[in-house]
Formats: sequence, C-alpha cells, structure tokens
Amino acid sequence: MELSEHIKTANVEAVTLRRPFHPALRGTLCVTSHHLLFSDRKDEASRQLLILIKNIDAIEKSVENLFGYPRAVGSSGTITIKCKDLLVLQLEIPGMEECLNIASSIEVLNIVITSHRQKERLLWDRWRVSKVNSDYSVCPSYPSAVIVPREVDDDKLIRSARFRQGGRFPVLSYCHHRNGMVIMRSSQPLTGANKKRCKEDELLLQAVIDGSELGYIIDLRSAQQAQQARMTGGGFESKSCYSHWKRIHRHHERGKVVQESLIKLVEVCSDPSHTVDRWLSKLENSKWLSHVHSALSTAGLVVECVERDGHSVLVHGSEGTDNTLLVSSLAQLILDPASRTVTGFLCLLEREWIQAGHPFQQRCAHSVYSHARLKQECPSFLLLLDCVWQVWRQFPLALEFSEALLLRLAQEVYASNYGTFLCNSEQERCAAGVKENTHCLFQSLLKPDIEEQYLNPLYEPTDLAIWPSVHPQSLQLWTGMFLRWTKHAQNMEEAREEVWRIVKEHRERAGPDRTNNTLSTHCDTLTPFENLMDELTIL
Amino acid sequence: MEHIRTPKVEQVKLLDRFSNKSVTGTLHLTATHLIFVESNSTSAQEIWILHHHIASVEKLSLTTSGCPLLIQCRNFRLVHFVIPRERDCHDIYSSLLRLLRPVSYDELYAFSYNPKQNDQQREEGWQLIDLAAEFERMGVPCDQWQLTDVNREYKVCKTYPRDVYVPITASKPIIVGSSKFRSKGRFPVLTYFYQEKKAAVCRCSQPLSGFSARCLEDEHMLQAISKANHNSRYIYVMDTRPKLNALANRAAGKGYENEDNYSNIRFQFVGIENIHVMRGSLQKLLEGVGTRSLSMTDYLVGLENSGWLRHIKAIMDAAIFLAKAVTVEGASVLVHCSDGWDRTAQVCALGSLLMDPYYRTIKGFMVLIEKDWISFGHKFADRCDQLDPDPKEVSPIFTQFLECVWQLTEQFPQAFEFSEWFLIQIHEHVHSCQFGNFLGNSQRQREDLQLKERTYSLWAHLLSENQNYLNPLFSPSFAESHPVLEPSTQAYHFKFWRNMYNQYDRSMHPRQSILKHVLTLQESNRELEGTVQALKTKLQKFGVNTSPLKPQTPPRECSLPPRPQSLILGAPLLSRKEVQQEEDEEVFGEEAREDAPASTGGERTVEGSSATENSYGELMGSFGSKNEPGVVTLEFGVARMTC
Repeated sequence: MELSEHIKTANVEAVTLRRPFHPALRGTLCVTSHHLLFSDRKDEASRQLLILIKNIDAIEKSVENLFGYPRAVGSSGTITIKCKDLLVLQLEIPGMEECLNIASSIEVLNIVITSHRQKERLLWDRWRVSKVNSDYSVCPSYPSAVIVPREVDDDKLIRSARFRQGGRFPVLSYCHHRNGMVIMRSSQPLTGANKKRCKEDELLLQAVIDGSELGYIIDLRSAQQAQQARMTGGGFESKSCYSHWKRIHRHHERGKVVQESLIKLVEVCSDPSHTVDRWLSKLENSKWLSHVHSALSTAGLVVECVERDGHSVLVHGSEGTDNTLLVSSLAQLILDPASRTVTGFLCLLEREWIQAGHPFQQRCAHSVYSHARLKQECPSFLLLLDCVWQVWRQFPLALEFSEALLLRLAQEVYASNYGTFLCNSEQERCAAGVKENTHCLFQSLLKPDIEEQYLNPLYEPTDLAIWPSVHPQSLQLWTGMFLRWTKHAQNMEEAREEVWRIVKEHRERAGPDRTNNTLSTHCDTLTPFENLMDELTIL
Repeated sequence: MEHIRTPKVEQVKLLDRFSNKSVTGTLHLTATHLIFVESNSTSAQEIWILHHHIASVEKLSLTTSGCPLLIQCRNFRLVHFVIPRERDCHDIYSSLLRLLRPVSYDELYAFSYNPKQNDQQREEGWQLIDLAAEFERMGVPCDQWQLTDVNREYKVCKTYPRDVYVPITASKPIIVGSSKFRSKGRFPVLTYFYQEKKAAVCRCSQPLSGFSARCLEDEHMLQAISKANHNSRYIYVMDTRPKLNALANRAAGKGYENEDNYSNIRFQFVGIENIHVMRGSLQKLLEGVGTRSLSMTDYLVGLENSGWLRHIKAIMDAAIFLAKAVTVEGASVLVHCSDGWDRTAQVCALGSLLMDPYYRTIKGFMVLIEKDWISFGHKFADRCDQLDPDPKEVSPIFTQFLECVWQLTEQFPQAFEFSEWFLIQIHEHVHSCQFGNFLGNSQRQREDLQLKERTYSLWAHLLSENQNYLNPLFSPSFAESHPVLEPSTQAYHFKFWRNMYNQYDRSMHPRQSILKHVLTLQESNRELEGTVQALKTKLQKFGVNTSPLKPQTPPRECSLPPRPQSLILGAPLLSRKEVQQEEDEEVFGEEAREDAPASTGGERTVEGSSATENSYGELMGSFGSKNEPGVVTLEFGVARMTC
C-alpha cells in the first residue's frame, strides 16, 4: 500500500496557522506522504512551512460544533501539533470533517512510516555484505562483495563455494520489499554420481528461507539433463537434503544452440526472397522465438513464486552465468518498478550481468557473420534485450527507456569504445585496470542529460508487477533489431517522432508539474535497500 | 419468443479457453442475445452474444460437473459453458439451433433493432454515403467516361448497382452484347478513376469464351476502355485466379480473354485462391491459434500450414500490381476473377486504397466499402452466412480485405486516419446483422427488402463514435508526401493479426496501449488549447491584451499540485461512475454499446495482467489455497495489474 493512500484529505484552503513569534497566517494546508506543507500562496515573499511528518510527536484536536449540526456552515476545528523539536503549532481548519481527516491522516502516516522503516531494518537485519571474495579466491567470477544471509559466516561460504561449480555459491540477487522474499542465484551443486552433500550449503539455503517456510529452486535444465549432469560431477539439490526447497525444472537451451539460433535467424531475416511459408518455417526453424518464450515464461514463474505465492526462489542452471542471469534479471524487471527506470535498468545490468560475472568477452567474441569456429559464443545478453523489448511491447508505458537504448546496448556489447563490457569478470577487469584506463558506458549514457532518444515518451511509472503474456501470439520478432536495416524502419521512425511531438505538446500545455512528479516518484521508489545495492555495485 | 423453452439457467460454469480457470454465473436466453452474467458481485462480468454471431453450437458428452456446451462465434469468440442439468443444456442447445438459423430476412436483428432515432435521423444516416458524389470526386463523368442508364432497372445485370459508369464510346448495344458474353452479365464497368493519368480501374466477370468463343461487342468494350485513356496504348487485363483454375473454367464454357482476339491487351494471371481454399485456410488458422498451451514451434508451424498469410500476401501483391500499372505506367486495368465479386472486389478496393489517400480516412473507407463491396454485389448474405446457410458459400473474403488493410496500417502507421479497432468494428457488424448495410447479396435485393426504410445504417453509427477509431498518429501531410502507398511485400511484413483472431482472448493482449494513451494525450491537448482560446477571448472581451510571449497558464495549475495518483492519468480524471461505465462497455463488447449511444470510449485490448492468466508453469495447482491478489484499476483504458 502506498503511503499516500492513507491520506484522506490532501489539501484544505483557508487554514489559519498560529505559531510562536509570528503573526497568524491564512493559507493552504497540504498533506503529502512525508510532509505537512503550509503556504499562504502569495506570489511574492510567500511564507511556507514544511514539517516532516516524522517530526510530529503528538497531535491534539478540538472540534467545535461536534454535537448538534455536523455540517453547519461555521463549523471548524483546531489541530495542535507538537513536534519533536519542541515546536508547537496550531492550525484552525474550516470544516469539521476536514479537520478530523487531516488529524487522522497524520496519525496514521506517522505510524505507517515508522513501521515501514522498521520493516526495512528487519530485512537488512537478515542480510549482510560479505567480503569473503575480496581477493577473488573463493569464486573467480563473483565480485569482491556479495550479499548473503547474516547468520552464515564466511567460513561456511567458502565451504559452500567448494560445493558449487566455479565457486558460485548462492547469493542474493533481489529482495522483494512487499513481502521480504528474495531471489537467489548460484551455479549447480557438485553432488556428482555418488550424491555428495555439503552441510554448509544446506545451512546457507536454510538461512535464506528462515526455517519454517518453503522455497523454490528453479533449475534451468530439464530433469533429465540435471540427472545427466551428475555423471560429470554436477547435479542438483535433492529433496532429502534440502527438505524445505521444492525443485522445478524448466528446460532452457544454452551456449552453442542459442548462438546457432541467432545465426539462423539473422540469415532468414537478411534473405528477402523468401515466400511467406518459407519465412515462417525458417523463423520456426531458428528457434529464437522459442528461447524468448521460455526465458519469459520462467521469469514469470519466478515472479509468480515471489509475488503471488510469497516464497523465496533460488535460480540456477549449470554454470550460473547465462540463463541464470537472464531469468533473475527479467524477474526483477517484472517485479520491481525501480529497475524499469533508465538508471535502475542500467544498475540491474551492472549488478546482474557485469558484476555477476557474465563472461562478455567469451560470449560476444563473434556475432553471426563470422566464419570462425564457435567456441564459447552465446547471445544470452541479446536474448535478455529481446525479452525486455517484448515486455515493453506489452507494457509500453511501464519502462522509462526506449527501444533505442536496447539497440545501443546490443551494439555496445559486441564492440564498444567503453570498458563496461570488457573481460569476463570483475577479477579480470581489475587485473586489466579497466576502471583506470577506460570510460564507463553507463556513465556516459546517463550524464549529463540523457539523450532524448533513449527515453520512452509515454513513461508513467507503476508500482505494480507487470506480468507479460507468454502466449506465442503475444510474442513477436524484434523487428527493430533484426530488421533494422530495412526501408520499412523509416516509417516506424517517423511514427515514433510523431508520438514524441504529441507528448511534448502535451507537456508544454499541461505545464511542467507532470514531469517533475514523475521524477520525484523515482526518488521515492529508490529505497534505502536499493541504495545499498547500488553502493555495492560501485564498490 | 416461442423457440425459447428455458430463458434462464443458473449455476452455469464458463471455462476459460486457455487456462483451467472458470467462473460461475447465470445464463439468459433472449430473443436476440445469449447473455452470461457472472454471479460474483464484485467483478460481475457480462458476456453478450448476439445470435447472429454464433457460427456453431456443439453439445459435448456429459461430464461429472454437467453438460458442456461449446459455442463458436463468427467474430472469433469461443465460449465453453458447463450447464449442470442435461435437460437445461438440451433446451438451450435446441433453442439456439433454431435461433441462429433465421429462415427469413424479417427475423434478422436489423429489423427489430432500434437505436431511438426518428425517421429523419435514419434517413440522414443512409444519405451519408453518396456514390454519385464519390464518382464526381474522382472526376467522373468526364470527356471519356459517362454514366449509363442501361442498368437502371437491373435488366442487364441483376447484381450490379443501377448507376454504372462506362466509356463514352461504349454504346448500349455494345454494353448489352458484352454483358451476354460475361458470367452473370457482369460487363466491364468503371470502379476507380485515377485522374492524374486519366487511367481507369474497371471490373467485370470472366468471359464466356470456352475454348474458342469470341464476342465482338466485348472486344469493342475493351477497346473503348483502352481508347478512353490517351496515356497508354494498352490496357492490362488482370485475371486474379490461378491459371489452372481459369483453364478449368474453360471446360465449362467460361475462361479468360484470348490475347489474340483483343487488340492491345496485356493479360496477367495473379493467382489468388478461390473461396473454398480461403475458408479451409481460416479454419486451419483458427484451429492452430486456439490450441491450449501452444508452443512457439506449434504456433509458427500452424501459421505456416494454414497458408493464411500466403493468401493475404497474394491479395496484396495483386493490389500492388494494379496500383503500379495505373500510377506508374498510366495504363488502365480491367480486373476480373470468376464472377467478379470476391477476388475482384478485394483487388479493386485494396488497389484504390493504395492509390488514393481519401480511402485511408474514416469517411473514405466507408465510401470504398460501399462502392466496391456493397454496390457491386459482394454476396455478403452468402459469404457471411446470414440466412439459409449453404456452408459451401461461406468464406472470409471480406475479412481478408480488412486484414490486408490492417497489414498496411502496420507498415504505414501514419497513413490511416483510423485504427485497427475501426476495422474490427466493421467486421463485427458485417456479421451482426444489426444494421442494414450488409444484408442481402446485391443492391437490388436490398431495395426489395426496403432496408433504407426499415433498418439503420452502420456508417452513421460509426461516425457518431468516430473518436473511438481515430489513429492518433495519422498525419495528413503523410498523404501529401505519399499519395501512393508502396508497401513492401517481404514475407516478414505479414504478421498474424492477433487482435482480430484472438480478440476475445483477453490474456493475450498488450496490457497497456500506446494508441489509447496517445489519443488521451491528444484529446487533453485539444481541451487545453480550447481553454486557452476561451480564456483569451474572455480577456479580450474585458479589453486586456494578451501577450503571446507570456506563457499561458492552463487552468489546472491553479490548484495545488494534486497527489501523484491523479497525475498518472495525465488527463482529466473520469469520475468513478464514468469509469465504471467505460468498463462495463468493455466487458459487454459491442452489443451493449447500442444501449448507451452517447457514451464514449471502450476498447477491448486492455486487460488485467496477472499470473493466473499466463500459464507460466506448473506452480498453479500447488498453491490452491492461496488467495489471488486483488485487481487494482489504475486507469481506464490502460493498466489493470495485480498489486
């Protein structure tokens, strides 16, 4: 529930304010989520008073005409506000109803704000930043700092890391504010053929779900593949060892298969001679849209667990550097309004892809036209961008950024003037001195004024989860990407400009207050928790 | 009505087509509609199904929970009821069977439908579209083309309109002679005149040439068409059929023009399949996209196997050929198929639309349909199965035309004044039989039925709520810079029209609509502009000079900044009651709108987005006891999401 929903009466005119050392003032009183605003609304030298609701210690109300004529013309009430800094104010409010509303709104807000904070602190009480990987010895592909359950100490983490492929032990990826449920990610456990166990790993996961609840492990391989992985030393979390976790297998293609899909897709897109039938059959044959479909469905499943059913989730495939990141970041985009802003989305990429050790250099060494033999190439990141585009198609107002930003990222990830997508992990970037010797793409995208083309003119933030439809009919080929060099693109560009024109016209006419407000809502959604997360990424 | 034995059944379950969800409610059967009212009082959705929309009713075998009744509609709605008692189910079933097969025109809804207009309003509605004025707009009659009264009494061709335009040099005996040589007497007449090059688009039916027959008058007729255009020495004759079909027709004494017999013609086959192939193709398409938990592979394979998009492309190709011949070469074109009322109508109408920006406006599109489809005798009654059904005559020919236009709107987002909802709405009413326009098979039959006296015109209805169908991106200057559309026919431009064929499958649609949103912005822009103007004039009245430099203060800024919630709208907030009304409309679909003609808005794309509507995975069953989160209405027309 939004804080502002507790406000019964947002503003009242003709209120008289009395306070020490000042003459009585008449003006307008306005209640917002965090402030009490009083203004006499005179153009010049206007007197305003801004009080933090947190600052209010007590509130007393006295209403005239309480009995008798409830709607009498002359009815009014007085609220006495006693602040924590010992200031005492009196507000005379015309209209008994308004008076009571204002008083009760302030009271409720005061309580709610407090509990909000407590809840957050509670969340933070359960988690901590661990520097166990500060020299990258525990997990070479993880960043130096990760978030883990508070009760699990670094020794346990090291043991758990030994039990996970590439040392990628379960770490926090996202915490859902509404219910405190989390998305964790890791790589596969190394159970092997003889079903090894690791007490610390089990404890770590146990700590995540806090004992009594149930968690979900979304394994991005089919059950059969997971079984087979045991032959080569990998495996999965068995029911008997992880009794509070329920495992769900979803099959996702990876590596070479996805790369070949992309090659086939681009091939069919660049051959204009196809008949409709041939086009459809080749499009099907490329399987690219099937990958998009399964990525979005699994992300939807994760969100369903977290948001609808209120359970924590652990996502992993085998290595935990491709599909795992794809699913966890898509889930956040669907769940979290903060990740739908430009800044938030770039932060998401920084956190979930760059810091989390997606091996960009290996995956994006070659694109589709190269004759070089495929080694480790895989367009996981491009798949993410495609999925984000699909979400935007279905919720054209919900994302602050535009298709152009996605296209720019798709370009930068393969070849870039910036250092952002260099190397395979933070360790490598550190060793190569990327931060010292190159510029940051995200910084240049954000500073000083983000280019208009990267913004979505229709953006209107919503706090709700945006569940995309995953019916095949609802998914489309990303023409802006795969057919961007066709003549057809020009008409679309003109249409886009027309949308901008209409929006600008509207902004001019309706005044700037609208845009200001959208900005302020951004700030609101960036809660302390995310700020910490952001700080982490800067670390 | 005497056919209704059980007007009301309670505790009926409505199953969702794509998930395991179901809702319980009451089923009402009235003389015109089948109505399902959900019993849940908070979100009481209602579904109104017009009897004419029902294509088939099927009673499935009895299950433990009741008797399933499957109803398929022509507007691609599919509902699956489970009725607890078998007897009730049977009553509904047999009543529907009778009701959806009217035996005479008088039983059609149009003859009982009354939108509370007086006679004068009705008459004005029918006068909205004037084809004589339309030909005048094209520049006909002129020195080469004239109006002929040869068909005034429908004596030469029963399926043509009374007024037809022919070359000046075509005398009556030539016309009559030519008509005897053409299937169903449909001789070559003008349908579109491209003034800039004086090139004409003419239409007719196939010649009765057999293997060797000729007809001098018919040859003269084509000669006359050719002579009427000084820009080109030849005319194109487009046979829109595949060559094989045309050859087969020769055995039945029909066929195609022999180039040796006609001077200066260039003959061309186009290869659009016949009505039976199209019917089968749509059937396959709908089967494909109606499958539950469809995989991406099955979807694309199904799309391919149906061949539907291939047929759409064939029609588009033909129209582009026509437009090129006329606008680039300046040649006149004669289009025909077998009878000249299906493929010919598609190609002529679509070709004209490519050539003339007027047809891309709302009014112009109505004129186009009135001209090439209604007046030239596309057999709406047969093709849309209005009366006395012959399943072999039913075919989605007109639907294909609408889809071709939709494909164009996708390629040229700024070229059309109307949005796809206009097309979908027209499609709805072609089958609804609620208005008189599409009843019957020919102008003559419509006159016999006295439709103009006894029914209402759809065009007036659509124009009265045209703000619902506007394309906010429409730019008249685009028409100036692109008078002739040159669409690309690359295979990837042909997309599946989800909003048509899955229009009632709410979970599939985008959850927020750019179109709706931009329209709202535009509307609000206009309003603000209006207020500014009003204020200016007021000020001037008081003798105050308004300086253009000073920014105008819109009236809404006068109050303190409102709370963020209301700002989400960016447009005047609708009162709760209005919102409710809008939503109701959305649920009722079109049938309900007639009851509230004054209200505005209402679009069907917008749906709640929730996990339950998307089958993400196997999680669903395992948390049966969990409550679903409530649905929050954020904004009319845009978002309904779970909180």
